[in-house]
Amino acid sequence: MGVGSFFTSKLDEAIGWGRKYSIFQYPFVTACCGMEYMATACSHYDVDRFGAGLPRFSPRQADVLFVVGTISHKMAPVLKRIYDQMCEPKWVVAFGVCTCTGGFYNNYATVQGIDTIIPVDVYIPGCPPRPESVIDGLMKLQEKIATGAQRY
Amino acid sequence: MTSEASRQARAGDSPGARAMVNGEASRTTRELFLGEGAGGGTQNLTVNIGPAHPAMHGIIRILAELDGEIIVKSDVEIGYLHRAFEKDCEVGPWNNAMPYTDRLNYVSPLINNFGYCSAVEKLLGIDITERCKYIRVIMSEISRICDHLTCVGASAMELGAFTVFLYMIKAREFLWELVEDVTGARLTISYGRVGGVKADLPAGFDDKVKKAFVEVRQVLEEVHVLITGNRIFMDRMVGVGALSAEETVAWAITGPLLRAAGVPFDVRKAQPYWAYDRVQFEIPLGKNGDNFDRYLVRMAEMEQSMRIVEQALGALPGGSIQVDWEGKAIDPAAYVDRGKQGKTEGLLFVPIALSPNLQGQGRDAQKRVNAPDKRVVLPPKENTYGSIEGLMNHFMLVMEGFGIRPPMGEAYFAVEGANGELGFYVVSDGSDRPYRVRCRPPCLPPVAAMSRMIEGQMVADIIPTFGSVNMIGGELDR
Amino acid sequence: MDGQAILARLETRLGARLLGTHDHRGDHTAIVAREGIIEALTFSRDESDLRFNVLMDLTAVDYLKLPGREDGPRFDVVYHLYSIPHNHRIRLKVPVEQDDPVVPTATSLWPIANWLEREVWDMFGIRFAGHPDLRRLLMYEEFEGHPLRKDYPIERRQPLIGPKV
Ligand code: SF4
Repeated sequence: MGVGSFFTSKLDEAIGWGRKYSIFQYPFVTACCGMEYMATACSHYDVDRFGAGLPRFSPRQADVLFVVGTISHKMAPVLKRIYDQMCEPKWVVAFGVCTCTGGFYNNYATVQGIDTIIPVDVYIPGCPPRPESVIDGLMKLQEKIATGAQRY
Repeated sequence: MTSEASRQARAGDSPGARAMVNGEASRTTRELFLGEGAGGGTQNLTVNIGPAHPAMHGIIRILAELDGEIIVKSDVEIGYLHRAFEKDCEVGPWNNAMPYTDRLNYVSPLINNFGYCSAVEKLLGIDITERCKYIRVIMSEISRICDHLTCVGASAMELGAFTVFLYMIKAREFLWELVEDVTGARLTISYGRVGGVKADLPAGFDDKVKKAFVEVRQVLEEVHVLITGNRIFMDRMVGVGALSAEETVAWAITGPLLRAAGVPFDVRKAQPYWAYDRVQFEIPLGKNGDNFDRYLVRMAEMEQSMRIVEQALGALPGGSIQVDWEGKAIDPAAYVDRGKQGKTEGLLFVPIALSPNLQGQGRDAQKRVNAPDKRVVLPPKENTYGSIEGLMNHFMLVMEGFGIRPPMGEAYFAVEGANGELGFYVVSDGSDRPYRVRCRPPCLPPVAAMSRMIEGQMVADIIPTFGSVNMIGGELDR
Repeated sequence: MDGQAILARLETRLGARLLGTHDHRGDHTAIVAREGIIEALTFSRDESDLRFNVLMDLTAVDYLKLPGREDGPRFDVVYHLYSIPHNHRIRLKVPVEQDDPVVPTATSLWPIANWLEREVWDMFGIRFAGHPDLRRLLMYEEFEGHPLRKDYPIERRQPLIGPKV
């Protein structure tokens, strides 16, 4: 390993470490999962322990998009637009089965998984997922952020 | 979206202002922002708020035409969470609609469950057991408290009182623990069954309720201290979004919004169902029908709900549950084996050790909480595993084409949901699946009247008004 | 007032335009011809001993597949009325033919009828004559068909973006 690559990989690590503890999330809350999202974000479960305590209510300032709740076909263009407004680097978390696969809504109105519209990094199944599994998903995302290639 | 809009709005505010750009003073501010030829003077501005707006805990789109900061005209668009509830119900058997009803009003799912069950029971013409009625009352009221907590908490947060939100969600968490104890889930509980409920209350439930209510009462007190007399909060709530009593009625608004306008209509009192005629409670009333009164009504209703739960727990027929785990209980596999070996004598009376998942679903418990009607209610697990009749009964109810089959006809049943009258209109064609299920969504009328409430007010007034309407997407768009 | 008496009042008022009544499971129901519905609603709202001041619900049912009604009118528009002063309820139903799915609007009687009628138009394709603004309420403009009709397959999707399924 050359000296140059040694430094860049160390720098990558450092940036990854920093990024993983400064998650600014944008909660795109549409439906029932939002209730569990609230529960997770509040004092009982406290996502602030993972550096994700500050939701940014503007996609332009956020780097993780939490898609929380059913996405209907009417809502799909809005979701796409919001995703496009976010700056790189950005990650997407599909919160709840509705966003993962459409869940038990298999009908004319609902999108069968948001990954048909935007790329997804972490899927958190459950209808709604319990706060514990949300936190688990968040930790998986942190891992992904820390170990992935860093662009800067 | 909104920041651009407000910039434009500001530009429109001061038509005379000349912008000094590159020494060029000939352009008006309006022209600077809107381009050449936009001219001076004022002109109304159309702002699009939503569907994903941070200060709104629901997806709804408001197209507002502004004159300065005043909304002159608005159009509310909904449907972003339309999930085809009514169509989905027509696909499966009657009991399969239960999970969909959970997700109508996901803040108080228990009321929706029971409302639907009662509508189907009305259609079937069956009566439920006394204990079950009390359980429904208890669980509905707990759900109502959760709903009001979320509503008040979220709308306070949108006005900047984040502490209130944290406190109220904390209180809700204590109640959700109760709900989880009874139903096995926190939010999407599917606890109702046509003809009864899924399982009896767990042992020691009353003590847990008492403990949780101590917490809730404390939170309510703290919240009163924090915001009820708070200057900022009052300035934004008092007199905002008001509707007169006549108008509220004409818009078919029910629930806390109607009571805040001084009309004492509450389905629980007007047409008592379940065991509501046997508990004492008051209907809190407001006077002005504005956001502040709505807030006060909700706060007072939580107290009343706790009062109802405490009374109902005291009067619960059959007393608190004492599950008897001792004695001859055997596990289901051994039970089935015994049956296979032909040792069936007295088998029906041998209790089975049920897995914790089935807690409260034993034979005794089932008898207490479910209507004695084989055409509707699943037999207790002991019977399913232990006797051919029980097995056949179970089989017939879950087999396609053999489930619950209400006679042809229609029925409407209304309960008091957290947002107002929650009605279910069910139509049966005599088969095992609903022909039509219609939910009368309690929060559709107030959202329909939103335009009326916000027109003539400031843009910033949308937020508290929207909060007090307590729009729940699942129920609004179904 | 008890349900039978209300139905009797409606009968004397509407005469032949009242097509039938029933009280299945205690829900008193009047089936009213399309020509009589506005009069029936106005009468129920304004008459001092009826005073049905709340239009609780307005919806429709598609009877395309109901056994025994293959030849009858395809839709029923269903009004649920409630009276706060008298604490009684009634249901009014208007049969509507498939070929001519139009009912007069009730928007002049109750403002809430506006949205409820838009929903019925959206879901069932029943038009309301005289409605000021009959747009879809829940679905998007690009959506074709009326999803709650019995002949609309539940899985026919019409996505705006994303894969066409
Ligand atoms: S996953 Fe379940 S809880 Fe979450 S939005 Fe979908 S239906 Fe609601």
